[in-house]
Amino acid sequence: MSQTQPTDKNFVLSPSPHIHSGISVKKIMWVVSVALIPSGIAGVVIFGIRALYVVLTCILSAVLTEALVQKLRGKEITISDGSAFLTGLLLGYNLPANIPLWMAALGSTFAIAVAKQAFGGLGHNIFNPALAGRAFLQIAYPSFMASWPKPFNVDAVTGATPLEIVKRGLTDKLPTYLDLFLGNRGGCIGEVAVFALLLGALYLLIKGYIKWHIPVSYIATAAVFTWIFSARGGPASGGGGFFTGDALFNILSGGLILGAFFMATDYVTCPVSRKGKLVFGIGCGLLTAVIRIWSGYPEGVCYSILMMNAVVPFIDRFTIPRVLGKKGRAG
Amino acid sequence: MKKLIKEFTKGIISENQVFVILLGLCPTLAVSTSIENAIGMGAAATFVLLGSNIMISAMRNFIPDKIRIPCFIVVIATFVIIVELVMKAFSPALSRSLGIFIPLIVVNCIVFGRAEGFAYKNNVSHSIFDALGAGAGFTLALIIISFIRESVGAGKIFGLAISKGYEPALYMILAPGALLTIGILIACLNIIRRK
Repeated sequence: MSQTQPTDKNFVLSPSPHIHSGISVKKIMWVVSVALIPSGIAGVVIFGIRALYVVLTCILSAVLTEALVQKLRGKEITISDGSAFLTGLLLGYNLPANIPLWMAALGSTFAIAVAKQAFGGLGHNIFNPALAGRAFLQIAYPSFMASWPKPFNVDAVTGATPLEIVKRGLTDKLPTYLDLFLGNRGGCIGEVAVFALLLGALYLLIKGYIKWHIPVSYIATAAVFTWIFSARGGPASGGGGFFTGDALFNILSGGLILGAFFMATDYVTCPVSRKGKLVFGIGCGLLTAVIRIWSGYPEGVCYSILMMNAVVPFIDRFTIPRVLGKKGRAG
Repeated sequence: MKKLIKEFTKGIISENQVFVILLGLCPTLAVSTSIENAIGMGAAATFVLLGSNIMISAMRNFIPDKIRIPCFIVVIATFVIIVELVMKAFSPALSRSLGIFIPLIVVNCIVFGRAEGFAYKNNVSHSIFDALGAGAGFTLALIIISFIRESVGAGKIFGLAISKGYEPALYMILAPGALLTIGILIACLNIIRRK
């Protein structure tokens, strides 16, 4: 017997046979997809059947692209693991309901072929594929990505998102907090229904599929910064003072809830350690607030997560946890 | 003669400066937004390559080894100034759209690479064909990239609209489109060469 005793009583490694926890990549992907369903249903109720077509187009084209590229690369076709399905689903949730379907399909193809498979497939991609697809569409077709159907009024002229109303100083009436919470506002298909997203997120948190570190640090940082600066800084501010910004409005509007719980927490593109996750979340929150307050874009969730994705290797390197029983930092 | 032709063709395919050696990417990314710009830039770079290769090859026995880089710069800068002034006089519109990238040929790594890697070690006739080959390869690469970017990103070829129904993907005309196009083209060439 070795002399060293495990210091942590909860961490005992017994001899084999071991019991497998039953968690696999496939299971994680499908459980997250299921957790996103309430928000999708809400989106279809709010924006009409067109929203469903957009989401289905994204999913279909993501799965087909994954199969095609894997066949071309001579790899095993793994579309049943649900990762392509989830990417398509998330991209669909990030698009306005009135986007042309071919555009949605193109964005989905870009997400899988360029942002995921070109980097080596699942587990090797640097950037969240769904967000890369959205960023692609945002740059390629800016006018289509800034036209939003009004809620519960599919045929009506397009409206603005709450963040656009604030940013551009429009005269449209701002939705109340309750409207924001229930999803009665302009925006992307899957981001408007905050209550449905929170329902799915709660399920994932309780089941342990996502940890609280990224969402909490992300949302808290964004809230604090918008509370301090959003009424003061930037061209669209109301000229108010510091510490008078509307933090609750900033949490509930835009894609912050969807991004913080479902996209920043992507297993492949977020840091490994708890400390790293906190740093990642704070960085995302900071960038989101900066983009919302000072940049030309009304919303910054997509770009802020992508930018933080790029620095994840550095975060991981500086937050290597201490090896059990050793003093000082590992590595 | 056969050797001379080989010096020419290697610059176009097997040692293409952009797709194989990955030199001169900065002007390639920046000016490949339209075929017109691509041809202008390619022609300017080819002229400078030709002039500097001839001069440096002819003077290679007189240039002291330790200060060869400053000597190259003086020769290259001379030809760049010629190109810049000629372009300003006879094609002001092209000069405006290429902007800073014409003076920047002075520090273009293709021109430097050929001067240091070839002209300094070979005779004049070989250097002429080497310069023409490298210049043609660079121009060809620019034309291919700009054809893809202009047609997809702006819906135009040679500045003429292809179709009214086409919705141009702005992405391709902006900087990320250039990186994406070059990456995909290099990948395709590698697939072809591996076979």
